[in-house]
Amino acid sequence: MIDLIDIYKIYQVGDTEIRALDGISLHIDEKEFVAIVGQSGSGKSTCMNMVGCLDIPTSGKYILNGRDVSKLNEDELSEIRNLTLGFIFQQYNLISKLNVYENVELPLIYRGIEKHDRQRMVEESLARVGLLNRIYNMPSQLSGGQQQRVSIARALSGNPPVILADEPTGALDSKTGQEVLELLKQINEEGSTIVLITHDNSIAHQAKRIVRLHDGSITEDTALEVVKNEL
Amino acid sequence: MNFKQSFNMAIKSLLGSKMRSFLTMLGIIIGVASVIILVSLISGMAADMSASFESMGTNLISVSIRGRGGNITIDPDDMQELVEENTEVLAAVTPLVNIQSATVKYETENITTTCTGSNEYYTDIKNSDVSSGRFITYLDVEKRQKVCVVGSYIVQELFGGASPLGEQIKVNGSSFTVVGVLEEKADSEEGSDDDVVMIPYTTAARLSFMGRVSSYSFSAASTETVEDAMAAINKQMREYFSSSDYYSVFSASQALDQVNEMMGTVTLVLVGVAAISLLVGGIGIMNIMLVSVTERTREIGIRKSLGAKRRDIMSQFVVEAATTSSAGGIIGIALGLASSYLVGSLLQMTVKPSMGAVIVAFSVSVAIGITFGYFPANKAAKMNPIDALRHD
Repeated sequence: MIDLIDIYKIYQVGDTEIRALDGISLHIDEKEFVAIVGQSGSGKSTCMNMVGCLDIPTSGKYILNGRDVSKLNEDELSEIRNLTLGFIFQQYNLISKLNVYENVELPLIYRGIEKHDRQRMVEESLARVGLLNRIYNMPSQLSGGQQQRVSIARALSGNPPVILADEPTGALDSKTGQEVLELLKQINEEGSTIVLITHDNSIAHQAKRIVRLHDGSITEDTALEVVKNEL
Repeated sequence: MNFKQSFNMAIKSLLGSKMRSFLTMLGIIIGVASVIILVSLISGMAADMSASFESMGTNLISVSIRGRGGNITIDPDDMQELVEENTEVLAAVTPLVNIQSATVKYETENITTTCTGSNEYYTDIKNSDVSSGRFITYLDVEKRQKVCVVGSYIVQELFGGASPLGEQIKVNGSSFTVVGVLEEKADSEEGSDDDVVMIPYTTAARLSFMGRVSSYSFSAASTETVEDAMAAINKQMREYFSSSDYYSVFSASQALDQVNEMMGTVTLVLVGVAAISLLVGGIGIMNIMLVSVTERTREIGIRKSLGAKRRDIMSQFVVEAATTSSAGGIIGIALGLASSYLVGSLLQMTVKPSMGAVIVAFSVSVAIGITFGYFPANKAAKMNPIDALRHD
């Protein structure tokens, strides 16, 4: 599903060379629930951008869903993102001028799906996060947890095989955060691959596999059961 | 994303900040409205002038002789001969002898009017006729008869509307018999074509103590032959006079062409000035679009992360700019038409809105939106999604 092979991302700042990703290789299978953990500066954001096809590596190969995406141009990457990836952000990133329905509809519009089919898919997706009754509300009329659920619905609406969640609970209180995590677990049970990026170990431990990043390299890659055994 | 979706999004975004949208449109509104007003008023003015020249008769050619030192004149018989030699281009000629401010007296009533001497062809040349009685005849001219034909204004003022036929009036002290009344031409207003007393030109020449004829009216055989007719007249005139300074040949249709040409130039200049305000309006749109792109950087990042391609972002902003400017254009057209009629009725001017101007003004405003929206839209489309998402 996701195959990062010897990925380097190097920034040149003045005379210094910053190795944001220093030779990462990572394989994630279908239906996995992986948490990528690391402190700020560990390269996890760069890693997320790479996995999320928002950026291309300086060197290395990235095979996503059987396709080499490391050499694609911006528009081709947009298309890959639209078809393969669903994003969930820390700050929800809903468009404030659009209502719940229109926000969830956006990826489908960019995919060029007919209006009739869009409506069905938007409603299915909102039903999965339990927000069908909020369909015409504006984001500002919703609580933080509800907004994050709308953004999950938006990520799910096009049925992408991979869901990428960047600190999805970061802006929520622990109770609502837990609800969002439960929702992600459920979505994983229903067949989606989930990549969760976080700095919080306790949240990472709810995934099935933990990949720890430090200074642009992978320092740990453990399956959850093993973690439990150690405890 | 297709056009309809871009359009709906643009409308939503414009309605989202009404005041700003309106102020952005204002430049376009003013520009378009001023184009419409100027074109309407100028075409109205041109139409008025055309109408007044046309009422003079488009076949009409006037010749006036200023003379060389004031003592040269042309014999009316020579002019008559000129017409007879050129029947394929010229129809008729009449000498005109004008006695300005002639005092006309009937019984105890007195008025001042224009007394014009002509021959029997006057009615044919001026496209007029008598409504009762008869016009001056060849014999009247030959025998220097003291007969006159009066305009409808004179009938009203001097005779109180009663039939003046057979009555005696005094023109500058000489007695004349009224033999006919001219058809009403201009609502019997003072100073108009109806405020006139026509007498035989031979009589008029004697009455004016000048004894000479210094102006002629020709009628061309048809509107198409006006130019040839003028050429024939000019040729003849050159035989009499050493320089064209001593005479002038004028035709209404030629003057009409000149007026139209001049009005065209005036229109172009004024519309050019109005176009500058459209340009300023366009720059206003560009300015606001640039601000809007910056404000919505994060939105652009979100859209890109969800799969928007460059052209999706591009079309969203271009359509938004074009929608702003065309909405401004439509409001400007409505405002322009309304104000033209308002100004027209206030200044009592004829207003002639032109469909062409409306179409051009609208297309230009749409084009301005697209042109000036392109740069900001391109800036938005080129944004890097990572940086855009990180933007506050």
